[in-house]
Amino acid sequence: MELIAINIIDGLVTGLLLFMLSSGLTLIFSMMGVLNFAHASFYMLGAYFAYQISMYIGFWPGLVIAPLAVGIGGALVERYGLRRVHQYGHVPELIFTFGLALLIEEVVQFFWGKNQMAYEEPEILQFAAFAIGGNSVPAYKVFMIFVSVGIFMGLLYVLTKTRVGMVIQAALSYPRTVEALGHNVPLVFMGVFGVGTALAGVAGVIAGPVLGTFPGMAVLLGSIVFVTIVIGGLGSLWGALIASLLIGWLTTFAASYNVEFESILLFFGLEKPEIMSESALRDIWTMTLPQIGPILPYILMILILVFRPYGLFGKRDV
Amino acid sequence: MTQTAHSRSSTAATMFSVASVLPWLLAALLLLALPTVFPSNSALTIMNQMAITIVFALAYNMLLGQGGMLSFGHAVYMGVGGFMCVHIMNYVEVNEAPVPLPLLPIFGGLFGLGLASIVGSFSTRKAGTVFAMISLGVGELIAACSIIIVAFFGGEEGISGDRTYMMPFFEVEFFTQIEVYYLTAFWLLLAAFLMYLFSRTPIGRMANAVRDNPERAEFLGYSARWVRYYSFCASGFFCGIAGALFAINFEILTEENLNLATSGSILLITFLGGIGVFFCPIVGAIVFTLLQTVLSLETELWQLYLGALFLATVMFFPDGLSGVLMRHANIVQRGRPQILVSPYTKMAIPALVTVLASAGLCEVLFHGRHAATGEHSMVLYWITIDTHSLLPWVVLIGCALGGFGLCKRIAPDVLEAWDEASRPGGVNP
Repeated sequence: MELIAINIIDGLVTGLLLFMLSSGLTLIFSMMGVLNFAHASFYMLGAYFAYQISMYIGFWPGLVIAPLAVGIGGALVERYGLRRVHQYGHVPELIFTFGLALLIEEVVQFFWGKNQMAYEEPEILQFAAFAIGGNSVPAYKVFMIFVSVGIFMGLLYVLTKTRVGMVIQAALSYPRTVEALGHNVPLVFMGVFGVGTALAGVAGVIAGPVLGTFPGMAVLLGSIVFVTIVIGGLGSLWGALIASLLIGWLTTFAASYNVEFESILLFFGLEKPEIMSESALRDIWTMTLPQIGPILPYILMILILVFRPYGLFGKRDV
Repeated sequence: MTQTAHSRSSTAATMFSVASVLPWLLAALLLLALPTVFPSNSALTIMNQMAITIVFALAYNMLLGQGGMLSFGHAVYMGVGGFMCVHIMNYVEVNEAPVPLPLLPIFGGLFGLGLASIVGSFSTRKAGTVFAMISLGVGELIAACSIIIVAFFGGEEGISGDRTYMMPFFEVEFFTQIEVYYLTAFWLLLAAFLMYLFSRTPIGRMANAVRDNPERAEFLGYSARWVRYYSFCASGFFCGIAGALFAINFEILTEENLNLATSGSILLITFLGGIGVFFCPIVGAIVFTLLQTVLSLETELWQLYLGALFLATVMFFPDGLSGVLMRHANIVQRGRPQILVSPYTKMAIPALVTVLASAGLCEVLFHGRHAATGEHSMVLYWITIDTHSLLPWVVLIGCALGGFGLCKRIAPDVLEAWDEASRPGGVNP
């Protein structure tokens, strides 16, 4: 029972972190119709910027400055890169963001090297917030939950209640009409791209100390974020939320329950081979749930794409 | 009726005319002659690697260029073909089965085809983003499986074999690099020729139609899905051949042959060369392999430069390096290359200075950040400099900015000359 509670909290942290990335990505997708492969790279940039800032003036200024810097970087990429490539069509756009992801990884290695950075949570949050059955929950995790929930609320408020949000929503569905009404739609697009990447930057700032700040962090999370928005349905904010939490819990629970495939196979009446080392299927017999945990999201995505190509909440075809 | 039959036979006749066979003969002669020009072992290794990359890039372009399907996990088909071939090598070694090495690519191809026919059965239902995402998912899935399923993929260290234990082929046992080169060259030519023929068949033509307008192709009575499926399977087959050639050359396959980085680099190579015309990816494969092998000897930062080159290609030359070459060929055909000569030479020097100075700046900066403390001297362009003195920085920044400024001033002239040279009915950039 305690294990379940702890896993629920851990999964929530992972899920909300994923959501900060996937919400920006899904907004950018519904705006430009292109998947931004470099999205996780902006997350990585956020972590590295925050690390650099925390070396000089501490964690808290970094929490504000680093996402701003990432957002400005993202807006510049949209203005001078994507907008140029847009005229050639969707595939070159996708390839452009793919190349950008490679380049950002190289640039990060150029400045910070290949090793993990000593980026740590602030001392003020280095205590156990509470304990469940002997397992203590660090205060930093609680802090992460609050930050991500706060950002989600803010985003929801801006998108649904303010004038800017209305213009954005309108520009997503009818860009030409909105332009004819006198709004600067390219500017809106640039803004949304900037905000989306800034959100990824926030995620990087708060995840860097927990998941580690190293050049592979973008690749590690990048494809999972894609999986998330595809499962949730491209362009759907609610879908992104549900799918993020689903994947967060799925991977966390899979990692902590040591279910062996042997017992499942025996349950279905299959016979265990006599000499394990000679059997070609020996890996299937010795497989455990934590081992295949990381690939569960991909299996889920393929199943969803095959049986319901719009994802869980998507309205349009991807 | 007779007229169509007649025109058909005449097109068949032109298909095998001298003009269409000539490029293949030239390519064969070139492949035969190359080892006499570059006889060293390292050159042979580079050429082998190039050949493998060319086969892989051409197979990839069957999807991306000919069929309009963007795959993010294509290394898997090459990798699985290669893994299977190493297993066959080991099987032959143990059981002494009569399988000569030159036939191995057929097996590799068949396993690539097998995997592609399974994955394609659900991934090719839709093109576009759905296909790209499924390919990404399958790619990640199989790459992750390589750590889990140790019996087949060998876990972290991969699996290795020995090509020389295969049945001797006319007393050739493939001990030396040159024998492997000729084997690879033969398969390169054969695979490229078969892929070219595939692109000329009705199914290859329909792949183009489905790429451009799937709806219209459906109204003509073709199932877009099946057309995509056949292209996908054919591409998997040739990827498997590339994987087998890789297995023959390197005799080891690891997780690296399956992962996203490899899938990404083949996309990069193909796009660098250009995806419009069948032969375009060859340029990309050659340039990439040269950069990879030559540049990586010179600098640690080669991937950075490669990434920058790739982004510049996507942004400024969306039809790739061979697209640029072909446009120039057009101008030469019209007999007016002389218009471009003087602006190009004027542009070349400042452009070269800008590129070299920027690269030098990167190198100095990199050295400054990552060299051991107290180490202040480095060799840049054959000159030993002190990275902590002001002079090299001033010179490099000055050269980069100055060159860039000059380029910007000359650029309008170059563009004007370009327009002038390609004006009558020509394609503008």
